[in-house]
Amino acid sequence: MAINLTVNGAARTIDADPHMPLLWALRDELKLTGTKFGCGIAQCGSCTVHIDGMSVRSCQAFLGDLEGASVTTIEAVEGREADALRQAWTELDVPQCGYCQSGQIMSAVSLLQTNPAPTNEDIDTFMSGNVCRCATYHRIRAGIHRAAEILEG
Amino acid sequence: MNFLEHLSNCGAAKINQELSRRTFLKATGTAAAGLVIGFRAPEARANLGDGAFNPFVRIAPDGMVTVISKHLDKGQGTVSGLATLVADELDADWSRVTAEFAPSNPEVYNNLSWGPFQGTGGSSGIPNSFMQYRQAGATARAMLVNAAAETWGVPAKEIAIASGTISHASGKSAGFGEFAEAASRMEVPIEIKLKSPEEFTLIGKVNHRRIDTVPKTRGETVYTQDIDLPGMLIAVIARAPRFGATVASYDDTAARSIKGVEDVVQVPQGIAVLARNTWSAMQGREVLSIEWDDSNAEVRSTDQIMAEYRKLGDQPGIVAENKGDTEGALAGAVTVIEADFEFPYLAHAPMEPMNAVADLKPGTSLEIWTGSQLPTLDHSFAASIAGLELDQVKINTLYAGGSFGRRATPTSDFVNEAVNVAVAINGRAPVKLVWSREDDIQGGYYRPMYFHKVRAGLDSEGNIVGFHHRIVGQSIVSGTPFAMLIDENGVDATTIEGAKELPYAIGAHRLEVHNTTVGVTPLWWRAVGSTHTAYVIETMMDRLAKAADVDPLEFRLRNMDANSREAGVLRLVAEKAGWGRKKPPAGIYRGLAVHKSFGSYVAQVADVRLNDDGGIAKVERVICAIDCGIAVMPDQIKAQMEGGIGFGLGAVLRNQITLTDGVVDQSQFYDYEPLRMSDMPIIESHIMPSMEAPTGTGEPGVPQVGPAVANAVFSGTGQEINILPFSSHGLV
Repeated sequence: MAINLTVNGAARTIDADPHMPLLWALRDELKLTGTKFGCGIAQCGSCTVHIDGMSVRSCQAFLGDLEGASVTTIEAVEGREADALRQAWTELDVPQCGYCQSGQIMSAVSLLQTNPAPTNEDIDTFMSGNVCRCATYHRIRAGIHRAAEILEG
Repeated sequence: MNFLEHLSNCGAAKINQELSRRTFLKATGTAAAGLVIGFRAPEARANLGDGAFNPFVRIAPDGMVTVISKHLDKGQGTVSGLATLVADELDADWSRVTAEFAPSNPEVYNNLSWGPFQGTGGSSGIPNSFMQYRQAGATARAMLVNAAAETWGVPAKEIAIASGTISHASGKSAGFGEFAEAASRMEVPIEIKLKSPEEFTLIGKVNHRRIDTVPKTRGETVYTQDIDLPGMLIAVIARAPRFGATVASYDDTAARSIKGVEDVVQVPQGIAVLARNTWSAMQGREVLSIEWDDSNAEVRSTDQIMAEYRKLGDQPGIVAENKGDTEGALAGAVTVIEADFEFPYLAHAPMEPMNAVADLKPGTSLEIWTGSQLPTLDHSFAASIAGLELDQVKINTLYAGGSFGRRATPTSDFVNEAVNVAVAINGRAPVKLVWSREDDIQGGYYRPMYFHKVRAGLDSEGNIVGFHHRIVGQSIVSGTPFAMLIDENGVDATTIEGAKELPYAIGAHRLEVHNTTVGVTPLWWRAVGSTHTAYVIETMMDRLAKAADVDPLEFRLRNMDANSREAGVLRLVAEKAGWGRKKPPAGIYRGLAVHKSFGSYVAQVADVRLNDDGGIAKVERVICAIDCGIAVMPDQIKAQMEGGIGFGLGAVLRNQITLTDGVVDQSQFYDYEPLRMSDMPIIESHIMPSMEAPTGTGEPGVPQVGPAVANAVFSGTGQEINILPFSSHGLV
């Protein structure tokens, strides 16, 4: 079944099982491998992407439901929040292995878009769905605060 | 003789940092560069590629410096550290330094702590490479200087290099690129001068940053999971639910009917489904019908196994340490504290589940892509399975999405699986073998389950007079190429590390071990033996301190050499945490622990908020002090302390792998739930200034947080937590 959607600003047609999670369509069909597989059941957030501007676990978004949707992945996410987060992540050397960081940044972009000056509690609540086994949480928290500071100018 | 036999025969894998330590002391001034890094003559470097100065440094015509990392980077930052060592001695511009992973070659890229064996582990990356990579950088620098001197017709000693620019007082100036080719064709100088520490420009600088961060913020770093080859098939394997079971029969009709499924093959590890994409492969595996033969399988439950361990704990074991008359000392003690401790199996659960890509051309060649932590073993196993010579097999190492020991299996399990599948389809397509999270949690290779039985005695003055300690559990290395870590009596060094040599004056000491036989595959898990021994020793210290009516910090310091490095980090962490000076806020209780592992000394103070019922509401803050000798990348050492504390904390709070009738009960992140953002304490790390040789940092921050938190609970409610995880007591 052919699904038409927009991925990173470009119109794409994916001919695959409508039950296929967007995660695997992005990675295996469109070769966009920045979005990571961590658990497959929305327990870790490694596969977070934006669908129509909202952060979503792509392992639980199914192709059949995505006709006409607009998907943004880590490769193409841009804007004030993404720029500030990347700058903060680089200043603070947030990533260790880096495997979860695509998802962390995609979630953090959504957090800052809705809450430009989050408290520690706000961050803990919003980001707790994104697992990091290297436990870079301390720096993710600091990185989000730093990005908020950059956004404030 | 293959690598495995070679390794076993030479016995060189004993973790021994003496070589690098001796070299360090001797070679801060001049070093015999050609001898240490080899490849002195230009002809000897012919196979290293254009612009190669030695096996570790290449400079391109555009001036870009490439450092070749003999170690895997799975997040611990070793690639950045190795590149720093080279760049500092080379006086390179850090923004023009890049890195790549070395090929598998145990003669050139061996871990100097392990003998003729290439591998990453035991927090040995920087310690074993500290002199080698500096020498590699310094020799390349000397060759650039000589090439510039020759071209410009000036004496070499008048040439200066700073931040990637070669210059002379006459006004001549050039980048590395202009002389790279000429310099790389020169002889390596016999003697080179290394910098003295005050000349370092990158080493030890707090604002110095990693080499791999930017691509990790853009999804550009390529992990094994991201490899895509033309025509490649994705393979998933249905493995036996019970350890040691085998396939009796199977029906793949339904699996083959799934769109995208290309083949189903039997391999030694189970039944492999190959498909055009990952989703189809997983769908195909779901509908396989397999009968398993459990006749050689482990069918016990962990409850039964632990009950057997408890019984063994009452019987004398193999003696690992025997100083003085421990029974006599305990009989004469005024107070004897006894405790039985139980530690569960633990999965590593790195974010990137296991995987490997194999491209086999039968009888001709095999190329592997994986985050290879033990390339010497992976190489040897892969060649053997494919029926090829070692030089027909190429290993491409990639950044790994975590490991925590999981990628260092002595059996090369997931690499073997990829090669077995490639062989089973006769190499008709490249194969990417992937594990799901369920495969990962249920697939074995766990930190073993352990039982400890301890008795410790105090005299009337509150001195420790005897310490009797028995450890029951599986040997991690028994039956593996690392079996040389077992001594002549049968004591596995990884079982007792952290329990044999103690910083405390404990009077008589007897340490015994029972090696058990269980079908579950055991493996080192970040910080290995210290993950359980430190918990036992450090919670016992607090109980002894309480019995002696002495503050836990004071009790420790009183019972150790005041000049020891343990005492140093204890005093530092106590000062930073305000131990004994500032009362913690209401509802918060404080505990501390100190432990040496992998050559480094770490102390931590945990501030724990308790609920009214005595449960743990939150570990609010952890203050950490580390003494790891010279700090090559101070900010990354702090990052390893932060990550180590988080990794250790998640496990003690709520992680355990249990078996019911031989089948693993947990399967995912909801029932093996990692530490999450909301659990993460505020962490503050302090590094002890030091001019000692560098020691490990990847693992040494893990062991202390468990006992520090347990000691905080003990100080708050008096509860002794002897069975892990804390969640099994309803504490979290």
